[in-house]
Amino acid sequence: MIKAVMVMNTQGKPRLTKFYEFLDFWCVVLCSRAENVSNFMEADSIFGPDSRLVYKHYATLYFVFVFDSSENELAMLDLIQVFVETLDKCFRNVCELDIVFNYSKLHTILDEIIFGGQVLETSSAEVMKARISLKLYRISYQNSFWLEE
Amino acid sequence: MDSLFQRSLDDIIKGLRHQQAGESAFVSKVLEEVRREIKSTDSHTKSTALQKLTYLHSICFVDMSWAAFHAIECISYPNFTHKKVGYLAISQSFQESTPVILLISNQLRKDLKSNVEVEVSLALECLSRIGNLDLCRDLTPEVFTLMASSRIPVRKKAIGVVLRLFGKYPDAVRVCFKRLVESLESSDSPPIVSAVIGVFCELASKDPKAYLPLAPEFYKILVDSRNNWVLIKVLKIFTKLAPLEPRLAKKIVEPICELMSKTGAKSLMFECIRTILTSLAEHESAVKLAAGRINELLIDEDPNLRYLGLHALAIVAPKHIWAVLENKEFVIKSLSDPDPNIKLESLRLVMEMVSESNVVEICRVLVNYATKSEPEFCNVILGSILSTCSNNVYEIIVDFDWYVSLLGEMSRIQHCQKGEEIENQLIDIGMRVQDVRPELVRVGRDLLMDPALLGNPFLHRILSAAAWLCGEYVEFIRNPVELMESLLQPRTSLLPPSVRAVYLESAFKALVFCLHSYLKSAHGENGEASGTTLIQENHITPDSVLHLLNLIDMAVGPLSGSYDVEIQERARNILGFTELIKPVLSDSLHPQDERHKQQVEASKMVRLLHDTFSDELGPVSMSAQGRVPVPDGLVLHENLADLEAVCGSSLPASSATISFEGSHNVEGATSIFISDQKEESEPSSESTSLLAEHRKRHGLYYLPSEKNTEHHEANNDYPPANELKSGVTVSNDAQDLAKLAEQSFLPKRKSKQVKARPVVVKLDEGDVLPISSKIPQAKDDSLSEAVRDVLLGNKAAADSVIRKKGKEKLNAKEQEDDLDHMDSQSGTVQNPVKERSKRSSRKQNADEGDHGGDKGKQKRRHRHGKHRTREGVQNPPANVISQTPVPDLLL
Repeated sequence: MIKAVMVMNTQGKPRLTKFYEFLDFWCVVLCSRAENVSNFMEADSIFGPDSRLVYKHYATLYFVFVFDSSENELAMLDLIQVFVETLDKCFRNVCELDIVFNYSKLHTILDEIIFGGQVLETSSAEVMKARISLKLYRISYQNSFWLEE
Repeated sequence: MDSLFQRSLDDIIKGLRHQQAGESAFVSKVLEEVRREIKSTDSHTKSTALQKLTYLHSICFVDMSWAAFHAIECISYPNFTHKKVGYLAISQSFQESTPVILLISNQLRKDLKSNVEVEVSLALECLSRIGNLDLCRDLTPEVFTLMASSRIPVRKKAIGVVLRLFGKYPDAVRVCFKRLVESLESSDSPPIVSAVIGVFCELASKDPKAYLPLAPEFYKILVDSRNNWVLIKVLKIFTKLAPLEPRLAKKIVEPICELMSKTGAKSLMFECIRTILTSLAEHESAVKLAAGRINELLIDEDPNLRYLGLHALAIVAPKHIWAVLENKEFVIKSLSDPDPNIKLESLRLVMEMVSESNVVEICRVLVNYATKSEPEFCNVILGSILSTCSNNVYEIIVDFDWYVSLLGEMSRIQHCQKGEEIENQLIDIGMRVQDVRPELVRVGRDLLMDPALLGNPFLHRILSAAAWLCGEYVEFIRNPVELMESLLQPRTSLLPPSVRAVYLESAFKALVFCLHSYLKSAHGENGEASGTTLIQENHITPDSVLHLLNLIDMAVGPLSGSYDVEIQERARNILGFTELIKPVLSDSLHPQDERHKQQVEASKMVRLLHDTFSDELGPVSMSAQGRVPVPDGLVLHENLADLEAVCGSSLPASSATISFEGSHNVEGATSIFISDQKEESEPSSESTSLLAEHRKRHGLYYLPSEKNTEHHEANNDYPPANELKSGVTVSNDAQDLAKLAEQSFLPKRKSKQVKARPVVVKLDEGDVLPISSKIPQAKDDSLSEAVRDVLLGNKAAADSVIRKKGKEKLNAKEQEDDLDHMDSQSGTVQNPVKERSKRSSRKQNADEGDHGGDKGKQKRRHRHGKHRTREGVQNPPANVISQTPVPDLLL
């Protein structure tokens, strides 16, 4: 199970939070970690027993996944990569601003990849396909054209 | 009109970005707006308000539970965009306990049945996040239908939801499980297999036994699949299944090894390694292969891989320590890695390698290393040394003198915050190991003498232990006067009251000891010449006795007015005693005259107390309290509310008793407990001992305390085991670590051991806190029972189908009937599933009437079938599954 997904910037400001399991409390887990160290942290004390945390640093953003022993650590790192790749395809050179201003889009993309805590899709091409079909549906349905998502 | 002037989410985000300081003011202003807008009847205005609120909830963590009903309204709007906003709000903010949650049941059902794929997806996602018992029960039929959907994305998500259904509503198993298993075989669409395997991986992690019969299907996927994600999940499942069925382990070990050596994906390789090390550790050759792959990970540049490599070593360590020993240089080098994960993991491994023969070297290097590390890691190192060495009643410690001086050394490390643990161990060792007491007292004395240590609050607990040890085993002190001085030094005012009370009590014991030996020797000069050696060594002269009494007047006198009850009481005890003893003693200090008579009186008094204090204390079993029978007429659970009225404000007087009871079964607090015991026995005239009497009565709660006889001989000529400061020399850590790496971890120094291991007193039981082996299983039980029913039921059903086949052909309704059959199995729970599916089956089969009688018969037969399966399930004991043979095609 994946327990939570968080995106935050280097100042610790949250940009996206999604919890798949009710977690008692949230705190900014980021501490100043050196570059070139491993991307895992033991997170039992924060997210309950059997929790691990993996993060990846891209420019000004940290992508953080919290998961338990049913997931493979390296696969989770890959999954972050998939997520970011998809964002990149979606926004063409994604940057922090894209993430700040596209709150619901982000959720839609994430929901395609992770479903109720389970990994359902691991190919960013497939996620893009799902997004396109969503868009097509919207265009065909459109009766409120002024409303951006 | 509202919507014209409404701020959009983008406006809010921009606004938030422009706030430098007053963000919270801005947020509360927006919230106010939202509260107003959300009441609008216009769907657009309402959904925009809800969207803004959801954003603030997930980014600024504002409460949005009050908007639950509005969110439900939003999902009922026909416009997809509005609906989506509502669903996002619900899945972000609802919990099982949200009161209005049941109101979404109908809307969810509607959306699940929608023809529009994206709407179905939204509803499924929502259900997977917030589904509770009622929702899951109500919507199981819809999900069941969707599991057969021709649209892959929908089917995938429906399968994902099943996990939630099973978790919240175990009876869903009877409906959906068969289809779930069938989906395992849909090798034509990889996403489906991936989703199903994910579900089974979660299910199996909770109760692997129930899924053993599915091993052939999993095995097929393991051999056939090319998808790394799927393979990882299958390996996770086998990690759980293999320990339950040795034949299965034999079967899978080969394909896993092959996978491990062939794959290029590090994640899959690591998973293979982990599976082999955790569940196939008996297969020597596989473990060797895995060890080879670990070595590859260890030399990789990527710190993640190095970390995981060490992690894998930690898994294998308990069973195959050789794999760790092969890499010991690397492990020890990693202690100084800049990566905190790698450091921790290698520390763990180093501690795994510790054995009787190398514990001294490893600890010395680690303590040295700790002094140079940053505070956090330093304490981690100290903590792991302490826990490893104390493991199983100090199993690996042979030379306790060394260990005790190591404890002393550790407490002097600048960042040491392990005071509590060190305190416990010092006292514990003091009570368990007789032979080490002289060294303990020496270490304690060194700590007490150093006035600088009193300023460090992390050391107070250790000082308390040191003070207690020096008081309790004062006979080993070379210079009790010096001890008294350090116990009563002015800087003790820096100590917290509880520790100070221990100091006072120890000073009392030391005083009694000094007087006793003084009087004994003075007596000896007249008559028996026994104590002379002692007196010289202890430097007790009439002058020093006078000095002591003055010291007490000066240092303890002011404390008799202390606000802390413990301190006040103990101070008064000491002062009272000195008051009593002074007149008789002061005469005896003056030469000649009536001296002899006075002395006898004084020594009588001193001996009384001395006897009290010199009684041996042993460790108390953790469960001792439980074994004390409750006396007749004592009601332990009586309501004490009226006690306050009786006692009025004089309650503090009873605090001594309270602390006595409180510390009864806490080993850490023994010091207080002990001194309390003594204090209580003191005022009574036949003081020689309530304690002794108590012990006689309750002998069974204590250890058989071997009376020590040879302490005095052991006292002074005991060689210090380890020079305290010798370790902390200039050599740098790199050298140290290298040195440690050179030293083999294999036992080689055994010949050097001169001293035999001293006796360590152990209790038969209660030494270790009982580890509660209870695993919360209440919920899983019903789930696994359901799974079991279905899996076995399936088989029985299949059998009956085969038997029937000979007599008559099965018609097209087979599937529906199967469903019916499964429903009727669930018999006890009347749920809507049954009726609805029956209805649908009727609708679909227009020729119902023709086959009516036929169906009736079938039903009856199914009932029989049910009976049979029921018997099949109930007759054997509950662990049927473990006995169900895994089909032969696999094994």
